[in-house]
Amino acid sequence: MINVALPKGRLGEKVYQILEEAGYPCPAIREENRKLVFENEAAGVRYFWVKPSDVAIYVERAAADVGIAGKDILLEYQPEIYELLDLGIGKCRMCVAGGVDFRDRRDRTLRVATKFPKIAKGYYSAQSRDIDIIKLHGSIELAPLLGLSDVIVDIVETGKTLAENHLEVKETIVPISARLIANKVSYKFKYEEITRLCRRVDEQREEAAQ
Amino acid sequence: MGQTQSEQAVQRLRELYRRYGYIPYKMSKFEPYDLYVHNKSFLVSEDILTFTDADGRLMALKPDVTLSIVKNAKEGAGLQKVYYSENVYRTSPMTRGFREIMQTGLECVGEIDLVAMGEVLMLAARSLELISGDYLLDVSHLGFVAGLMDSGGAPEECRTELLKRMGEKNVAALGGLCRELGLDPEMAEDLCRLTSLYGPPAQVLPQLEEMVRGERMASALAELRDVCALVPGGNLRLDFSVVNNMDYYNGLIFQGYLPGLPSGVLSGGRYDNLLHQMGRGDGAIGFAVYMNLLERLEHPEETFDADILLLYDDATPASAVLREAEDCRRAGQTVRVERRRPEGLSFRAVRKVG
Repeated sequence: MINVALPKGRLGEKVYQILEEAGYPCPAIREENRKLVFENEAAGVRYFWVKPSDVAIYVERAAADVGIAGKDILLEYQPEIYELLDLGIGKCRMCVAGGVDFRDRRDRTLRVATKFPKIAKGYYSAQSRDIDIIKLHGSIELAPLLGLSDVIVDIVETGKTLAENHLEVKETIVPISARLIANKVSYKFKYEEITRLCRRVDEQREEAAQ
Repeated sequence: MGQTQSEQAVQRLRELYRRYGYIPYKMSKFEPYDLYVHNKSFLVSEDILTFTDADGRLMALKPDVTLSIVKNAKEGAGLQKVYYSENVYRTSPMTRGFREIMQTGLECVGEIDLVAMGEVLMLAARSLELISGDYLLDVSHLGFVAGLMDSGGAPEECRTELLKRMGEKNVAALGGLCRELGLDPEMAEDLCRLTSLYGPPAQVLPQLEEMVRGERMASALAELRDVCALVPGGNLRLDFSVVNNMDYYNGLIFQGYLPGLPSGVLSGGRYDNLLHQMGRGDGAIGFAVYMNLLERLEHPEETFDADILLLYDDATPASAVLREAEDCRRAGQTVRVERRRPEGLSFRAVRKVG
């Protein structure tokens, strides 16, 4: 039995679709109810929905054997896990964005609002820049509009929200996509099962891409 | 209630190491900070708890035992074989913040040969077996990895990055980084293959043979094959995603896992490079078992705090109360004596004296 942590939301549903087609279906998951855990013994798989940013924690602590997490979460939390596969979905970019007429001046400490303090800090310290990090939990785009920060470091998918608020991408830090991750100890004790799942998902993904 | 799993395990491990002629090593809770700051990157976590001693010297609550053992081992005095069971203080990425971690382990310092390596690896396997019958011991050889990187002209400064991706078994990113660095494509392909290999020695060793390029890899592979042959049982696995800092570790490295625990419980390897950095010519190998992880293995908790609760009142003489309790204990039961039933505790049976 493999325990799979799926990220709640659109990405998770897409991922489940891939897993279903790869031979790990669990019809109960599509029923409308408030259950949290879904099992299909015949397929040897148990799914549960968790908050996307918690997937890495469930996997790191072996409550889930494998999980699907965005690269942004992995970069931010640096969990001790295996990163086995790039699923190539949920694609977006981690960017620095700011007001259309914002001019970056290096003689001042840059104020950066973000949900990803570690990524932001790492990016700027590689440029030897001292920054003032403002950790927020949502509506990051609001910060530069109200003068709370100079720029934001956030995920950009289409850039539509930015454009509607007179903001634009200034720099791209790193491309992001969904990754299949595994607990290091589970990987060893369930080696056959986990590598088989990985292989099938990879094949399924390639088929879908064609 | 009996001893906890980890208390029992510590005792059994000490007994095991003693039977192999290892000598107990005891160290103080804190040491001068200098020792650790010079070898900071050897430590699992670089954070160190420090305070100022009465004479103004900066002291550290020990984050590690190995450094102290190596510092105190005499060079040229034959092999120094010691074991220890100590608390260390370090941060863990999972919890952030400092934790007290109980660590039991052993070190063998001096001229390390095949016998010494085989013995230490065997002791690692035995240690895991003592704690839980089911275990896996993953083995890697940094000499083999370094040899492969040499052959592809990977510069020293990017090896840490390469090792990090190997540690994540992130083959896609590893391949990408090799391309970015302009490394020999054949070497890059082998490095990716090496990273995804996993299996018992008999299955993996033949695949390694095909990758051998140059003297360093050949001798590393020979050493790996010889050592694996010395450790019996089917619990050995070769896994080159087990990595460690190349500035300190050089040869055989290994990590032990038990089912039901989220991370490795045993970690060790050959660290001649640490000794070279300390100006010594010989080598060392050792490992540590993280005992505090074992509390997760505890068996289901006992449902009763004691077998019998013996109640008494003023009518019974004290000697009669104690005698009756003692009789029950002699019969193998745990007995608690009280006037009234205590709150919050549970007992298999409750009865009055007499």
